[in-house]
Parts: sequence; structure tokens; C-alpha cells
Amino acid sequence: MNTQERKNKLIELSKEIVQGNQIALAKAITLIENEPELVFELEREYQDRLRTTNSHIVGFTGSPGAGKSTLTDAYVSRLRKDNKKVGIIAVDPSSPFTGGALLGDRIRMKRHFTDDGVFIRSMGSRGNVGGLNDSIFGVVTLFKLYGFDYIIIETVGAGQSEIDIVYVADTVVLVLSPGGGDEIQLMKAGIMEIADIFVINKSDMEGADLLKINLETTLSFSDVQKPIVMCVATSGKGVEELYSEIEKHKVYLNDSGEIRKREERRKKKHAETILSKRVQKILSDGVPENTNVSEMVEYVLSKFCKTRDFEIG
Amino acid sequence: MDQKIRVLIAKPGLDGHDRGAKVVARGLRDAGMEVIYTGLRQTPEEIVKAAMQEDVDIIGLSILSGAHMSVCKKVLELMDKYNFHVPIFVGGIIPADDADELLKMGIKAVFGPGTPISEVVNKIKEVLEQGVKMQ
Repeated sequence: MNTQERKNKLIELSKEIVQGNQIALAKAITLIENEPELVFELEREYQDRLRTTNSHIVGFTGSPGAGKSTLTDAYVSRLRKDNKKVGIIAVDPSSPFTGGALLGDRIRMKRHFTDDGVFIRSMGSRGNVGGLNDSIFGVVTLFKLYGFDYIIIETVGAGQSEIDIVYVADTVVLVLSPGGGDEIQLMKAGIMEIADIFVINKSDMEGADLLKINLETTLSFSDVQKPIVMCVATSGKGVEELYSEIEKHKVYLNDSGEIRKREERRKKKHAETILSKRVQKILSDGVPENTNVSEMVEYVLSKFCKTRDFEIG
Repeated sequence: MDQKIRVLIAKPGLDGHDRGAKVVARGLRDAGMEVIYTGLRQTPEEIVKAAMQEDVDIIGLSILSGAHMSVCKKVLELMDKYNFHVPIFVGGIIPADDADELLKMGIKAVFGPGTPISEVVNKIKEVLEQGVKMQ
């Protein structure tokens, strides 16, 4: 298939997606994952529908093994009680050497496998270092088109600076667990700043209360009071409270108009991701050898714009 | 285009021996594939639904319980039911006669203990290149 054929294929699939066909959705995701710019077709075709769909996007991030998948699983069960349709994107890291990936987030979500109201898709990060995958924006668009009430994105196990989730999600939940270091770790910039809601998971383990005190102290320096929820994801403890905090945040976003700002932020980042991919492609397609960096930059720009005249030498 | 081979590795049935499935999953990862591992004790329904949502190119079933005939039959039936068809390979303790039967049923390959990972990788690539993936 060439690009035009793939565009046609996507439009064809999209007609089945709006009818609720999950196989079509799955196949469309593959197309967009392999070629993120295909999403432009959907933007054009379904402008109004996409604008009026109010899927709430919740991001779960945190260090590896903190319990993101298990907590996602428990939260989804809560949403299903209200019969909400849920789409999940779970990202795990791709190998920088082979490009392969072991995607294991599904293991924690088994009880939803045969529930038609839940759609789970695993993705490799494919070179993205922000904790997501470059095609995530396109996949979110597809999920909106399908009409999920909630879209849940689980990042790769994130350390301190994998913060791309803030550009995608409406509500960011940071999952912490005891044993992650002292209060200095909590004071550092980066991931600690992007959370709308903090979860201390495995709160039945030693050190959970101390973590809570340290976190409260750290957060007391800021003007906005962000909630801290104590959870045990495996037993479901605290999940109801997490659910209601997310609902509260959703109301706040809508009432304050912040939701529009986040939408704009998401679009800008989407454009940025696509632009930088294009630049990367020019570079990897090959630039003239034995040039210095400034010439290389000008060369790429000239290729990029095509209107510029620039010659090496 | 940045296309990857996507594989679902699943363990249907009740036996708890997942070492083989994990070794294969890891080996395919190292061969540059995206491997979705769903863990122990999956029903055929769960496996087919997962494969549909993940839009995998091929499914690998690890079976050591002796239930391979009935499990594979059920998985193939469900694929017909949902009109979702991708090739399947099986690994585990499979008697030679049963292996022949499985291949006749439409399973693409059967691997026994001690199979080198490279053999599995090559077979997957061969099956996919033959364009067996039906749309």
C-alpha cells in the first residue's frame, strides 16, 4: 500500500469505527502508529464530531513497579460500574538497539479482556523519550472518534523527566510507592510538578505514612492544594477516593475553562511532534558529509522549507 | 513508515509453567518484534479478544497441559466467529501425531522443547511474508 491507499483505508475504517467496530479501531491504530501524519485525514473528515466529543483523558504515570497498571485496572472497574466506555493505551519501552519491545501491561488488566466496554491497546515507545509514543495524539483522536467516555493513558515507567503525559492528558495522576527515596526526591523539578493528583500506592507497606507526610510538606509550598490519595491497588482500597478526586478535577477543568487551555497545549505538542519527526527524517535520510553543524542546520532547513536556496560550501 | 511485527504470546489453560512462553517472548523482543505478553491462565475468548484489540500479526500459544487440541480448536472457532484471522503457532509438549493434526487444522507451526529462538523467528517471518495475514 502506498500513502494514498493507506489514507483511503483509514477513512474506510473510520466509518466502521464510528459505528462501534473494535476490529476497525485496532487496524486504524496500527496505520497511525506506523504513519502518525495519517491522522490529518480524520481531522478534516470529522472536525465537528471530534470537537464535540468529550472524552476525559486521564494519564497514569510513575516509576516502574509503582502499580500503574494495577491501579488502572482497579480504576477501570470503578468506571465500568457506571457503564462508562473506556479506552486504554498502555505504553512500555522499546529497545533502543533492536526496536523490539515486551509489552506486559495487559497482564494486570485481565478481568477486562472480554468486556466489550473496555478496549486495551499496548504500544512500544518506539524511540520517544518522554514516556509515551509519538503517535499517541493520533490514537487519542481515534479513541475520541470511537466515542470512549474515558481515555486512560499509562506511560512507561517514568523517572524524573519523562513528562510528555502532561501534554496529552486532561488529568495527570502520579503514582508513588514507599521506598522511592527521601523528601529531596520529592522536591526535585520535573515529574513532581506535572501531577494533578498524587497517589501513594502500596499504602499498607512500611514507609507509606512517612512518604505522605513528606509529600504534604513539599506540596505545602505551592499555592494550589493538590490531593493525595492513599491506595492499595491490589485490594481496591482508596480507588473510590481516587475516582472522586478525578471527577472533581474534571469539574474544575470545565468550570475554570482550563480544559480549553489543555486542549490547545495538546494540539501544539502534537504539531511539534510531527514537525520534529520530519526534521529527524531529513537528517536520517542523510546530510552532506564534511560539513560543520551550522551548515548542516541550514541544509536541513532548506530541505524542510523547500522554498529556501542553500548550497553547501 | 515504521512497521513492526506484533506478536501476542499467550498461555491458555491451567498449567502454571510459563518459563517457555517468557523465553520466547524475550527472544522475539530481541529480534525486533513488539511482543504482547498476556500472562498465565487465559481462556481462548480472552486470547482472541486481546489479539483483535492489539491488531497482532501472529499469535503464539504456549501449552504444556495436554489440552492443545481442544484449545487450538476453540481459538480457531472464535476467530471465525469474530471474523478475525491471523496465523497461530504453538509451542510446548505436543506429541508428534497431535502436531500433524494441529497443522492440518490450520496451525502454522508447532515447536517442541529445545527449539532455537532463531528458528521461531525465521518461521514467523516466513509465515508473514507468505501473506498469510488475512485482512
